[in-house]
Amino acid sequence: MSGPAGGRATSIPLMGRDEEPTVFELSSTGRRAWSFRTTGVPEWPEDELVPAGHRRDEPVPLAEVSERDLVAHFTRLSHRQYSVDLGAYPLGSCTMKYNPKLCDDVAAMAGLANVHPAAPVATIQGWLELLVELGESLCAITGMHSATLQPPAGAAGELTGLLLMRAWHRDHGEDATRRRVIIPDSAHGTNPASVTLGGYEVTTVPSDDRGCVDVAALRERLDTDVAGIMLTNPNTLGLFEEDILEIARSVHEVGGLLYYDGANLNAILGVTRPGDMGFDIVHMNLHKTFAVPHGGGGPGAGPVAVSERLARYLPGPCPVRLADGTFGWHAPDRSIGRVHSWHGNALALARAASYIVANGGDGLQQVSEVAVLNANWLRHRLRGVYDVPFDRPNMHEVVFSATNLKKARGLRAVDVAKRLLEEGFHAPTVYFPLIVDEALMVEPTETESPETVAALADAMERIAQDSADAAHDAPRTTPVGRVDEARAARQLIPTFDARRSGGAD
Amino acid sequence: MPSYVPHTDADIAAMLAFCGLSSIDELWETIPSALRLAGGLDIAPGLSEPDTLARFERLGAANRACGPDLVCFAGAGAYDHEIPSAIRRLANRTEFVTAYTPYQPEVAQGVLQALFEYQTLVARLTGLEVANASLYDGASACVEAVNLAVAAAGRSTVWVSRGVHPTWRETMRTFAAGTGHDLVDVDLVDGTTAWPAGGEPAALLVQYPNHLGCVEDLAAARAVADAHGAMLLVAVDPVAAGMLRSAGDFGADVAVGEGQPFGTPLSFGGPYLGLFACRLEHVRRLPGRLVGETVDADGRRAYVTTLRTREQDIRREKASSNVCTNQTLIAVTCAIQLAWLGTGGLRELARRCARGARYARDGLLALDGVEPVATAPTIREFAVRPPVDSATVVDRMLEEGFLAGVPLDESVGAGDGLLVAVTERRTRDEIDAYVAAVERVIK
Repeated sequence: MSGPAGGRATSIPLMGRDEEPTVFELSSTGRRAWSFRTTGVPEWPEDELVPAGHRRDEPVPLAEVSERDLVAHFTRLSHRQYSVDLGAYPLGSCTMKYNPKLCDDVAAMAGLANVHPAAPVATIQGWLELLVELGESLCAITGMHSATLQPPAGAAGELTGLLLMRAWHRDHGEDATRRRVIIPDSAHGTNPASVTLGGYEVTTVPSDDRGCVDVAALRERLDTDVAGIMLTNPNTLGLFEEDILEIARSVHEVGGLLYYDGANLNAILGVTRPGDMGFDIVHMNLHKTFAVPHGGGGPGAGPVAVSERLARYLPGPCPVRLADGTFGWHAPDRSIGRVHSWHGNALALARAASYIVANGGDGLQQVSEVAVLNANWLRHRLRGVYDVPFDRPNMHEVVFSATNLKKARGLRAVDVAKRLLEEGFHAPTVYFPLIVDEALMVEPTETESPETVAALADAMERIAQDSADAAHDAPRTTPVGRVDEARAARQLIPTFDARRSGGAD
Repeated sequence: MPSYVPHTDADIAAMLAFCGLSSIDELWETIPSALRLAGGLDIAPGLSEPDTLARFERLGAANRACGPDLVCFAGAGAYDHEIPSAIRRLANRTEFVTAYTPYQPEVAQGVLQALFEYQTLVARLTGLEVANASLYDGASACVEAVNLAVAAAGRSTVWVSRGVHPTWRETMRTFAAGTGHDLVDVDLVDGTTAWPAGGEPAALLVQYPNHLGCVEDLAAARAVADAHGAMLLVAVDPVAAGMLRSAGDFGADVAVGEGQPFGTPLSFGGPYLGLFACRLEHVRRLPGRLVGETVDADGRRAYVTTLRTREQDIRREKASSNVCTNQTLIAVTCAIQLAWLGTGGLRELARRCARGARYARDGLLALDGVEPVATAPTIREFAVRPPVDSATVVDRMLEEGFLAGVPLDESVGAGDGLLVAVTERRTRDEIDAYVAAVERVIK
């Protein structure tokens, strides 16, 4: 399987190691790239256009570069950047799959991109149809009743979900008494932060020795002051919560709601559904499961789907199919209100919609099958090389630990991560989940070929045999070497102007 | 259908065998059988790439997009600006588009440096010392500004001008249901905010120019804030900023805004870009990511996300913001366009918008029965009150080939009106034809 044939997505970043000056250092007074349309609009003196006390004396100092220099600068910056199109990104919990190029073309369509968000309903029928169909597909995938597409990211979806939870309890006269939301100790950091911003207190429930929620400990924490529980299933260890039906029953028995964090939805498409597990609220990360590219950290999209009893609380306005076959907006009668300036990250939603249409129900199921197969293959392949704290059938990701290597030779998870960069792979997620020491969380995704996954395993095996000294110096082949993060925080230089003044302490 | 899964049947069989499994079904042994979805997803089978593209072309064609057949005079936070070819090409480079959050700085210097330049440009634009690496949109930037101010002041009341975009105010109200912040609406009088006398606000939030396009008196707002020991939060129009004294110049603590005008198409409202800048003294409460300059092991200049202890993944339930994924690609796009405009171009852009708006406003106000909604000075957007309902005007103007503007939301408290924006793209001929069409439809 690790023979020469077959495509591999690995590459040491291409770029030279030369420093790139900032655009401000490339500036030269009087140089320019801009040009504007000839409009024939009459001139006015500036003092007739702007009230005197508000007029700016000097223009905003931005940069002064030619278009040629500008293009060269940002092209060179792009050459100093790793990306999915260059090679694999086995980042656990992030689902860095290949982003089909057809979705880029959909997002660039003038009929979609050049539509004003406040345009009258008669002029936006195509957009509304797209959004309604996407909402229906997401409900089919999650087993829920209806969805909002407004939340622009996963964390925004979480907070939206918690506000839906509060609206439900408020309408049942229990807003004052239900104060706690339970989250497992393996949860993403956004979960507790969202709970706090939703106005709730966090109660942590431990994991048991199988890596799943400790159901007995959960029961001890359940009472009528619990608003709900936030779970990821499969959880952040990549393990399916086998007791989910029991968990759902217990939470519902005390009147709580179940929130599903969709970060790991890529594991279960067409296999099982949060709605069938008993979840009331589900958020999805379209920039993970549905191939919206990450853009270096965003934009994403974080739709939230809910069960029928919560539909009336969804943010409005919601796109809807009307009785006459046209499309319109609908404001749910008990809506929590808007969570976005407009209708969500619409072009990201269009990308995801086209990804779902192209894959279809059958293709989406294959996505999860192969994502899970790749991750299980890696567990089998690297067992014995790295510790596997929970060595049992995993879903779309697998958590290794470098504890054995740390004990034997002082090789830490961060060293493994930095060495992998030299080997032409992005590093896995490290030191997460927090309940695993020296964690290396690996998610190959379904779009990486067997050859790529094998090459990743070979690289991780080589690294495990490295001397720690060599690893401490890694990476040496990347655009910059190991970065001094402590200095960045100690001597803060957040802008070019702060740099010129020697940094701000 | 296209498949983005490279595995052949033989590959899958070999991998299963390696795992000691004989079928895909055995991968699901930890899922209770009652939960297994029988019969797969209720979603149609996949389509080929050309069929998929044709389907979305049809959806696009079912819209009336802005362009020569629907000339855009609508704004209200979403503007029809020119996007230069260079920006389209650079912002679509796959190294930027398909990168992850720069958690491994050694292979993410491209995105990190672009964000560092973006932060510098936003700081200069707002006249403040530090800017973050982006938030979702104008609304989320307002939400985070209020969170910062309340955390710093230890008081939970914030005065919010009705001149802040209505959807931004609604979003703030939605999230205030979680935080318990008390948002108090402050009325406009003839187009600008009339701040009350009593009370103990943690902060004042005002938009500059505001939703009606009117230039707010920031010096007065600063004085009111000082009288209450409150912060001044200013939502700026980053295009008008090319001609206006900056928020920082008037003593704002935080400046927020919508960055869409710089390189992002109308996009039916997203993805857009939340601008967020503040004084350095507030940097430890700054929401979202921040990029800082440092050095690598060899002493070479390098960039990295910094002050990470502010962020949700480290602070968890003690975090004051839950932002993780932001709008990096839109921020990089904004940085490229601001550099393309440069020092001279931004001023020229603002001037051209202001001239077009003045010309259109004079034309509309010359029509019988059209009145200004407010007399306070405007820059690049303004509101008029037509003699017929403004929603009706917008509908009738569609037949004339114009997206005439955005009807005023009643929560602004300024009555009915049509909010009109004019960008540098609008020619004199278009504006003349627009005014003539308005004259026809209000008869």
